[in-house]
Amino acid sequence: MKVTVTVNGRPVAAGVADRTLLVHFLRDEAGLTATNIGCDTSSCGACTVLLDGQSVKSCTVLAVQADGSEVTTVEGLASDSGDMHPVQRAFHAEHALQCGFCTPGMVMAAVSLLAENPKPTEEQVRSGLEGNLCRCTGYHNIVRAVLAASEG
Amino acid sequence: MSILGTRVVRTEDPRLLTAGGTYVDDLRVPELAGAARVTFVRSPLAHARITGIDASAAHEAPGLVAVLTYRDINDIPPPPLPPEGGPPPGSEAAPLPLGGPWQEPLLAVDRVRFVGEAVAIVLTDDSYQGEDAAELVTVDYEPLPAVVDLGEAMAGGTLLFPDAGSNVPVAHPAGDLAFDGCDVVVEREIVNQRVAPVPMEGRATAASWVDGKLTVWASTQNAQISRFILAGAFGLDPAAIRVIAPDVGGGFGAKVGLDRDAIVVAWAARHTGRAVRWVETRSENLTGMTHGRAQRHTVKIGGTRDGRVLAYRLDVVQDTGAYPRMGGFLPTLTNLMAPGPYDIAHVEAGYRVVVTTTTPISAYRGAGRPEATAAIERAMDLFAAEIGMDPAEVRRKNLVPSDQFPYQTPCGALYDTGDYIGGLDKVLAGAGYADLRAEQARRRERGDVVQIGIGVSCYVEITAADADNGETARVVVHDDGTATVYTGSSAHGQGHHTSWAMIVEADLGIPMDKVTVKHGDTDEIPLGTGTYASRSLQLGGVAVHRANLEVKELARKLAADLMEASEADLELDTASGSWQVRGDPAASRTWADVASYAGAEGLAAFVHYTDGAPTFPFGSHVAVAEVDTETGKVTLVRHVTVDDAGTVLNPVLTEGQRHGGIAQGVAQALLEEMVYDADGNPLTGTLVDYATITAAELPSFELLVSETPATVNPLGAKGIGEAGTIGATPAMQSAVIDAVSHLGVRHIDMPTTPVRVWAAISEARASQ
Amino acid sequence: MIPALFSYQRASSIDEALDLAAQGGDDAKFLAGGHSLLPLMKLRLAVPEILIDIGRLQELSYIRDAGGHIAVGALTSYHDLARSGLLASELPLLAHAAGQVGDPQVRHRGTIGGSLAHADPAADLPAVILALDATLVARGPSGTRPIEASEFFGGLFETALEPGELLTEIRIPKQAAAGWSFQKFTKRAIDWAIVGVAVQGGNVALVNMGQTPVRAGAVEQALAAGASPRDAAAHAAEGTSPSDDINANRGYREHLAQVLVGRALEESRSRAQ
Repeated sequence: MKVTVTVNGRPVAAGVADRTLLVHFLRDEAGLTATNIGCDTSSCGACTVLLDGQSVKSCTVLAVQADGSEVTTVEGLASDSGDMHPVQRAFHAEHALQCGFCTPGMVMAAVSLLAENPKPTEEQVRSGLEGNLCRCTGYHNIVRAVLAASEG
Repeated sequence: MSILGTRVVRTEDPRLLTAGGTYVDDLRVPELAGAARVTFVRSPLAHARITGIDASAAHEAPGLVAVLTYRDINDIPPPPLPPEGGPPPGSEAAPLPLGGPWQEPLLAVDRVRFVGEAVAIVLTDDSYQGEDAAELVTVDYEPLPAVVDLGEAMAGGTLLFPDAGSNVPVAHPAGDLAFDGCDVVVEREIVNQRVAPVPMEGRATAASWVDGKLTVWASTQNAQISRFILAGAFGLDPAAIRVIAPDVGGGFGAKVGLDRDAIVVAWAARHTGRAVRWVETRSENLTGMTHGRAQRHTVKIGGTRDGRVLAYRLDVVQDTGAYPRMGGFLPTLTNLMAPGPYDIAHVEAGYRVVVTTTTPISAYRGAGRPEATAAIERAMDLFAAEIGMDPAEVRRKNLVPSDQFPYQTPCGALYDTGDYIGGLDKVLAGAGYADLRAEQARRRERGDVVQIGIGVSCYVEITAADADNGETARVVVHDDGTATVYTGSSAHGQGHHTSWAMIVEADLGIPMDKVTVKHGDTDEIPLGTGTYASRSLQLGGVAVHRANLEVKELARKLAADLMEASEADLELDTASGSWQVRGDPAASRTWADVASYAGAEGLAAFVHYTDGAPTFPFGSHVAVAEVDTETGKVTLVRHVTVDDAGTVLNPVLTEGQRHGGIAQGVAQALLEEMVYDADGNPLTGTLVDYATITAAELPSFELLVSETPATVNPLGAKGIGEAGTIGATPAMQSAVIDAVSHLGVRHIDMPTTPVRVWAAISEARASQ
Repeated sequence: MIPALFSYQRASSIDEALDLAAQGGDDAKFLAGGHSLLPLMKLRLAVPEILIDIGRLQELSYIRDAGGHIAVGALTSYHDLARSGLLASELPLLAHAAGQVGDPQVRHRGTIGGSLAHADPAADLPAVILALDATLVARGPSGTRPIEASEFFGGLFETALEPGELLTEIRIPKQAAAGWSFQKFTKRAIDWAIVGVAVQGGNVALVNMGQTPVRAGAVEQALAAGASPRDAAAHAAEGTSPSDDINANRGYREHLAQVLVGRALEESRSRAQ
């Protein structure tokens, strides 16, 4: 089926098999490989993107379901002049990433969390990120980064 | 002031944050254009004979390129035999064993020995087709009895390797130990359960064979070692092989070298002449990637009533899974570190290695040392409970005093430097130990439903155990004054690019933003050892430092010539990165000047640093747990640590390693376990059931600073990568048990899940 | 990791959805948020040949005050339920429970209709609507019919929906009793409930204590007869059939049910004051 998704502001159209997952559409058709696949049970959140402004696990959305919608991936967060988004800057400043594999999904989940709750408590940040697994950082600096970004 | 020791954010981050890393599945290089996807057909049974493989339906599947089984592996040499008399010696740097009765095939021949074992591979144009086609390969199995229980395995009723004659490839069990003179002796069997490493990126390999050269991109912790593994497996000259480690999404020891599935993928490229790519799914990963820990311990500890431990015996049974890969080696590290940081006069440690019809065991963050620490710490707590002494106090009485270093243990380790008692005191003060005990007493008196437990651990661990393998560094200063470091280390999150650039800036005055660090490509860096065993800073960083010093001396000669001064009068001003003549402030040359002057020869040095030595980081953790005594639910409320890995190069990175280590250590104590049923079926085969820890279960950690420099290397560095995990697990387990010890509970095996805690409480209450 | 092949059809109206379902028969399944169905399909535990996407039927996403009851469209997401001011004041049990399902990403996509139609006894919302004495509205080729929550859950993943019927609305009576509580016991925050309890006034429903959500009848009777929360809670496991799994054995689930019902009743009581 022909699917058109506006990804980071740019329309991407492709004919894809009905069973194509949105994450594969983003990686293969839109050529944006930052969004990663970390599991097959919708558990890890590495594939998190914004779909019409809300964080979703793009491995659990069919591309056909996203036809006509807007998707934002981590590659679309920086400003046109290349300045990092406040959440990206905070992750950098707080050492909130190590191997980087969970990071794109984690950043998008954090962006969505702050959009819905601009001044979260530490507890709200931790429960707000419970759908995103990280194996490297122990979450300590990720939480600091989200709180720092919320203050900016 | 030197940049070393200061907080520096990572140079790796902007790319990772804005464009994302380039992991194997992200590679879009020309060599992989049109690469076929590899999908494995894996055994659904734990133990069975293979009586037939029918791929006829798969051959009709859309997009099919090939279906390959062991019969097609006719173009590589057989594996070499093991040395006479001994079991396969697997080591930390080269975990695949040699041939012989315990031989692990690349693809199963006539038998499968664990659920998930690779039986065939399907090559298709895309991965979706691969899943469809793999389902159409029919394998006929004749089930054999599964062997999961360690006792049954040792009894040998069903042999995994009939030619071997037993299920015990290695047996050095602990001998007897006299516990004379001990007022009190406690013996207990404890479990260090099987866990899964779960790096966020699973295993992935891509390969291309063109004009007699094999190129392999692998999610590995050591490209150079992987190249030698491939050379050996295929009978090829290493010069005909290039291995590239792109960005790697975590390894934790399970991506050391290449495992058999990766070798199969590389072989498929060579065999078919088509480029291939394999990226495993998480379900595949949970049974296909090696697991960790899986030891059963019998601990026996004895001492005096006033708290002095006189004797300790540790007997280890290592479940190595279906094939003795690194499992044959790990318990030697457990035995080496058996007494932990304690001064115990009589120690006896031994081990046996047992095969079972489960996923093979290999290194996982700590690789044999967390097990040693967990055992001695449990033993210390049991001893403390028996004599009615505070567990921190018992530890203080037995820790190796600070004036005893270097300290030779009865198990053959020479602990280099340490301040064990200082570390304990620091963490107890930082945690407010006395206040915590007071709060505990208040809640106990009130009979609160929610009790608190305080777990104290003391640990020492061995890093860079294979220091004699060393590490390499080549430092080049270019005509424009920038520099490139080619390191044999292989970061997968540890921040080596930032660290090595810091060392160049400190030594040569070339600012970090002018330093490029490269790793992981055997064409650029043919010799190197890689990143595991917490070795990279103290070996790889020192190699960079040594190469810097050689570059500096070469530059001094060049600058002397260029500036017509004597070498003795030349000074490198690292603050400005310029060469100056003493007494002549106008005479100054930049690194660009000197490097240009070097002409075609270039300005570079290569070091293979092999005269380091293992080092022994140490520390102490305090975990504070709340336990709901009606439900058994555990909440980690605070976790305070001292993790002393010598001189800290970049506190930002060291803290990150500690955080990650603590989280994994706590996760083993509270949540994680790979569970098999009696038929060898994994019951925790997805991330729904295998309970890795999330941000919601953890507090922010309290890290205390302690730096007792190493003396065996010029950076004063020990390894921090695994220390956090080693200290955290026993502190967490201990806190849970401590929370309910007043109800009569003495021990709860890990993971201390709610049902287990409740069962322990119920049992203790019933027996009172 | 990838679903088996299927063909995708998109419904642009409820009638079209029903027509497509009638044509597809046993081979077809409705797809709403997909967070119950797609995970099963990705593991190939479910292999429908036709998926009828009803995700764009925005006319089925609403939360309305309908006088005596609150009307919730079947396509309303957990996120919208959790954030609804109307639910916060009228049906806080539903709002709160919806906010505990899964994680934020799941809550953005998953729907109440999808959860109820899937009928996993370990899910939270089936027990909640059972405790709320809700009426579910099903629409099929022969029209619309109401189904009481107590009649809706037939067995493991089985509901009273006929083939080709679409769940369109959940009607929840406004609750006279002000007290409520939701106790979800898990190992980790993202896990399915090992055992869960939903209390609204004197109604007590249990999560994961059998093949369907169940009302704790013996507890309710004890309460009606004047028993204290703790005494009433002692009856929590009566009439239940909890299973053994890697997280819990039967005895532990029964114990948890008692503890959690007691706590839920106490919390509910304090809210009612």
